[in-house]
Amino acid sequence: MDFQVVILAGGFSSNLVPLVSKEVPKALLPVANRPVLSYVLDLLESNNLKDLIVVVEGEDAALKVGGWISSACVDRLHVEVAAVAENVGTAGALRAIAHHLTAKDILIVSGDIVSDIPPGAVAATHRRHDAAVTVMLCAQPVSGPSESGGSGGKDKTKKPACDDIIGLDSLKQFLLYIAKGAEIKKDTRVKKSILCAAGKMEIRSDLMDSHIYAFKRSVLQEVLDQKPAFRSLKEDVLPYLVRTQLRSEIFSDQNNVEENGNGNGKNNMQNNEVVLSQILSNASLPSFHQVYESGLDSRKTHKCCVYIADESKYFVRLNSIQAFMDVNRDVIGDANHLSGYSFSAHHNIVHPSAELGSKTTVGPHCMLGEGSQVGDKCSVKRSVIGRHCRIGSNVKIVNSVVMDHATIGDGCSIQGSVICSNAQLQERVTLRDCQVEAGYVVCAGSEHKGETFARK
Amino acid sequence: MASRKKRTAKISEEEQSRRQRFHFQAILLADNFTTKLLPLTLERPNVFLPLVNVPMIDYTLAWLESAGIEEVFVFCSTQVIDYLNNSGWYSHKDFTVKTIESPHESTSAGDALRYIYEQQIETSQIQDDFVLVSGGIVSNMPLTQLIQEHRDRKKKDDKAIMTMVIKQSLVTDHELFIGVNPLTKQLLYYDEDKICLDTSLMDRNPSVLLCSDMQDCYIDICSLEVLSLFVDNFDYQQLRCDFVEGVLADDIMGYKIFTHEISSCYAARIENFRSYDMVSKDIIQRRTFPYVPDMKFSGNRPLKLGRQGSYRASDAIRSPSVHVGDSSVIGHATTIGSGAKILNSVIGNGCSIGSNVVIQGSYIWNNVTVEDGCEIRNAVVCDAVKVSAGAILQAGVVLSFKVVVGRDFVVPAYSKVSLLQQPMEEDSDEEHLLSSVDLQMESKLGPDGAGYIWQVCDEEWKHSVAPIPKDKLAEIIDDDDTEDESVVIPSGNANSINNDVNDLYDFEIEVDGTFLRAVEENIVADLAVLEINSLRLSYNMESAHCAGAIFYSMMKLAADTPHSSAIDLYKNAASIITRWKGLLGFYVKQSDKQIEVISRLEEMCQESAQELGPLFAHIIRFMYEEENDILQEVAILRWADEKAGADESDKVYLKQCEPFITWLKETSDDEDD
Repeated sequence: MDFQVVILAGGFSSNLVPLVSKEVPKALLPVANRPVLSYVLDLLESNNLKDLIVVVEGEDAALKVGGWISSACVDRLHVEVAAVAENVGTAGALRAIAHHLTAKDILIVSGDIVSDIPPGAVAATHRRHDAAVTVMLCAQPVSGPSESGGSGGKDKTKKPACDDIIGLDSLKQFLLYIAKGAEIKKDTRVKKSILCAAGKMEIRSDLMDSHIYAFKRSVLQEVLDQKPAFRSLKEDVLPYLVRTQLRSEIFSDQNNVEENGNGNGKNNMQNNEVVLSQILSNASLPSFHQVYESGLDSRKTHKCCVYIADESKYFVRLNSIQAFMDVNRDVIGDANHLSGYSFSAHHNIVHPSAELGSKTTVGPHCMLGEGSQVGDKCSVKRSVIGRHCRIGSNVKIVNSVVMDHATIGDGCSIQGSVICSNAQLQERVTLRDCQVEAGYVVCAGSEHKGETFARK
Repeated sequence: MASRKKRTAKISEEEQSRRQRFHFQAILLADNFTTKLLPLTLERPNVFLPLVNVPMIDYTLAWLESAGIEEVFVFCSTQVIDYLNNSGWYSHKDFTVKTIESPHESTSAGDALRYIYEQQIETSQIQDDFVLVSGGIVSNMPLTQLIQEHRDRKKKDDKAIMTMVIKQSLVTDHELFIGVNPLTKQLLYYDEDKICLDTSLMDRNPSVLLCSDMQDCYIDICSLEVLSLFVDNFDYQQLRCDFVEGVLADDIMGYKIFTHEISSCYAARIENFRSYDMVSKDIIQRRTFPYVPDMKFSGNRPLKLGRQGSYRASDAIRSPSVHVGDSSVIGHATTIGSGAKILNSVIGNGCSIGSNVVIQGSYIWNNVTVEDGCEIRNAVVCDAVKVSAGAILQAGVVLSFKVVVGRDFVVPAYSKVSLLQQPMEEDSDEEHLLSSVDLQMESKLGPDGAGYIWQVCDEEWKHSVAPIPKDKLAEIIDDDDTEDESVVIPSGNANSINNDVNDLYDFEIEVDGTFLRAVEENIVADLAVLEINSLRLSYNMESAHCAGAIFYSMMKLAADTPHSSAIDLYKNAASIITRWKGLLGFYVKQSDKQIEVISRLEEMCQESAQELGPLFAHIIRFMYEEENDILQEVAILRWADEKAGADESDKVYLKQCEPFITWLKETSDDEDD
């Protein structure tokens, strides 16, 4: 397939502090003891997309990610790692690596996706319609990641605000309108010309943009060149393309331009009649873009298509601490086909080298990494414990993530919390909805709720 | 055996009572509440205008009868009652026509429905859900099943008070945007102008189907609540822009409107000349079957269907050289001279068309005389008009009753001609107009012509019989695009800011108006606070904006009050502030709002440097003083701090206040000590 894939892996996302650090950029955050990036790579590999460019913000992060990639999958995939400056935005990142892009179409995937939606389907839709851009949409998760990030895991009860407002044509093929819920203060205003051309538009607030896009390379580069102010793909480039789809200011492919240039204007009338008779006879209905194009002089259109993923598919973006907790819980729980591990009869994974003390129970939907030791009379429920962790006796871990090399003293109780690698909890610490930064030491006997522990 | 008999008897009794209860009733608003068909409707109610030689009301009544309606209440003027008395409509079996004479003061559908409600209280003649149709509807859709559906829905959900019939429209130039829930078909949005969805609507409905290609048929199945809603909201005038939009906007009562899309049957409403043209064509092309010219469905005399879809009365006289094209209708006792060409046109009864006349896409009503060599394109020509030899009617012309067009006169495109003068905006009293008709007075239609050419608005082409010219069509779209231009600014932020600024500006104008009214009527400050609060909510403004806007209005009032010197102005300002400190004080309780007020004053001073400028410090001081206590020293000091870092040019007023501020600082230090 003549597709180049760009993975936008980000850098040290501020939403995820304190989970990310100099050592662990966002792309390498562990989900069920594997970096989140590996899920994206697996997904692409399974769709036979092997020519990848991973874009990382910041040189340091790029080195770390590059290191991991070369150790993990250099033999299977052809991966290039490109570093861009920090805080340039997604559009900025693409602008910076524009010279690497050579294929006719570009598939852009966010590096923080854990999903089983086939990106190949997006590529196919894109090709079929010869679209300028194709967007993958998926159902808005019901209790899914809330944007608030925040420190606590309490906002699960909050109803997710409608993130994206999306307008589709009646056949659900084209994207006619897109806006971010937060941007619209009061009203949704839709362009009349697009609605009139399409006749019907379905406005959906139960779909969300999955940050998997297929762009025509020429279109993407044109827009990036013409609009230097655009920073974000989702917030600038995509809405721009959707808005101007009936008054295209960008050149599509060269030969396309020639075709249109000759076709339009001269035999406008004829075209119109042909199209009309086509409509009347109901034979191979042309898309409204074509109808519109033929109706007027010197107007060009481009198509913005959508691929709507099946509702049963799993999709989460790891862009907040809450999402991190959710992803870890789901990958070893409801969506365990994603993890790539085989689960035991108890629906959990305990590495053979892990040591369990007497009367210690590891419940279903748990994971215990290689070489970890758990003391006596412990209880682990719905949690992920990394490699080489040392957990004392009488410890209770529920709904939590404990990363590699963490040390947890006797009598601790941990609920809904994240303990980063090399962190240490001394005896009898009680944590609820807390995050502990890598290498941090929590003093013995303390009790905390909804706090973040990080060195200043 | 006996018991079974009894039971069947009982059932049939029940059936009987049920049938009694579920009588299918309709209300036909036959009065004319639209001005789109002027000047014709000045002389004849719109339901009488002939549509392919049959009055519109006959189409509507014939449809209602065949659609299963048993009783129809026609709300109409005396003219219509007279007509109905003479027609055969009263003698139909199983179809009762009752008239409700419209009182003179009713000028809208809302008034009509309120009047019907008043009658309803006395007679309760409308028993259950009814069909509400406006005059000028041509349709052949069945209704009983739809009414039943409506009743069933109403039983489940007693908030579902109306079902609206919509239909896919073939034309694209009309503007109606409706939003429907794709699953339940509930109407969520209705607007004839713009598309602007409320976010709360999106929150409640995960999916909204917006349509621009739907046509509203103005056929509604209504529950009795609709009548009472019109009474409760006595300002509702029109069915659509007041009632429907009002119901949609009101979430307190939670009434719901549902839509029903028809696909296989026909329904359309005549509201302007364009729809008149379209419906006429549909009738000729038999889309409205069985209401077509060769069928007898009312008092009409059927015509004979000839070749190529043209209809001709058997007694029409025409010379052999006449060319009658496709889809034309020629009425009874009409004579057509040699060499005439009739294309896509309707010609009524008793007309006489001269030789070598070209009539294309036009509607010629009864007893019209068209002399030799005339050319009529896309025009409507009413009864007893005389078009003298050689005259030309350009596209979109409407000639009202008895107009005479002079020899070789060219009637310009889109003009409307009537023997009556155009009513002025102020006095539209018809009788006065009738008396002032003077045929001899400056006739603009040639030397031997009679009639006044009315002023028409520039947008006439939108509603005219003539097809929309190509360039206009392009214009519509261009208009849209230029309007959108602002939206295309990168990242879209600029646009929203723009909107905010506009909103703010509008808001300030509103506040200013409210404040002036309060001053004029000498309202208590508390009431003014209420009014401004409601403005604030409707514009979604913060109270800081209120404070700024009110203060601005106050100062403007002070500056507008006549004054001879700066001292006078200061006195004006002081008295206004004292009078309205309750109002202003309500909004400036926090120091940030007070700072807003100070910056506002500064802005105004900069704008009118001569007048207000020198008074800046005085006004600040006045507002600070004990008895007013509008500004607190915290706010003033904070303002001074903020300003300290500004450019020199910005500091003019800070300097003016310097003595006052130092004094403030000293006193506060004293207090601290």
